[in-house]
Amino acid sequence: MAIEVRIPTILRSYTGGAKVVDGAGDTLGDLLVDLDSRHAGLRGRLVTEAGALHRFVNVYVNDEDVRFLGALDAKLSDGDSVTILPAVAGGAFGFAAAAAISQHSAAAAATSSHSAAAAATSSHSAAAAATSSHGAAAAAVSQRSAAAAAR
Amino acid sequence: MYVLSIDRSIIDAIVAHARRDHPDEACGVVAGAVGSDTPTRHIPMDNAARSMTFYEFDSMEQLRVWRDMDDRDEEPVVIYHSHTATEAYPSRTDVSFAGEPGAHYLLVSTREPDSEEIRSFRIVDGVVTEEPVRIVEAGVDPHAVQSYMFGQSPATVDYECSGR
Repeated sequence: MAIEVRIPTILRSYTGGAKVVDGAGDTLGDLLVDLDSRHAGLRGRLVTEAGALHRFVNVYVNDEDVRFLGALDAKLSDGDSVTILPAVAGGAFGFAAAAAISQHSAAAAATSSHSAAAAATSSHSAAAAATSSHGAAAAAVSQRSAAAAAR
Repeated sequence: MYVLSIDRSIIDAIVAHARRDHPDEACGVVAGAVGSDTPTRHIPMDNAARSMTFYEFDSMEQLRVWRDMDDRDEEPVVIYHSHTATEAYPSRTDVSFAGEPGAHYLLVSTREPDSEEIRSFRIVDGVVTEEPVRIVEAGVDPHAVQSYMFGQSPATVDYECSGR
């Protein structure tokens, strides 16, 4: 038996379009090495150069997020099902604050923790000021008057 | 050229969600049949970050919702979130995370108390492309739509801007 791996749309270019592929390994880390031998480049989209699971993806073993199972050390057994999904995250803080934070090595991955986001909040007013010039280009739409005009 | 066509009722529900969670960022999905490019099922999601400047789907809720879409032969046609103090334009963080190349990334800004800025983008390989939003009025002639178009070349008339 093997381990079934569900591949998200954005990574199917590595699997020839396949939505589900099979792999083997005692841990998630081993499985990704095994997959990479047949789907070259896939592992690099999931694991950082420092050897940690990438912040931009969620990986699940059966119904559990692997971040709660030891991440790349998560144990696997034959018949397990691994699901990979793109993490959905973002937010306004990225504008100026992320650039400022990224200059600090401690926060090299500005998006990698909630504390980074919290830290960014403190410089929020600066970020807002920085973005206001972009904002001037966009006219705000009045939903109410648009709806009224439609009637 | 891309365009997002979406029912007025769904836009209203998204705006209501964004207003409800303001000043925290709100986020969610509108699912639609695979390949249809038509958003039909609004799924408000928890912002696990509960932040004014960051949003993140709860990973377990996301797994449930994505599986559910799979079972229904749906995909995330729209992924939306709100910016509560800045414009409705994707931040660098939004771009780094954007992992659904087929999705319309809808942003709602709630920084003004009585109007919303609603804009839609494709984000593919780090490249942001704005697209017009066509809001379809339900229960009337389906061809009678309003077009909102921001920051685009003038193929469509800007509709009802506030003059700010």
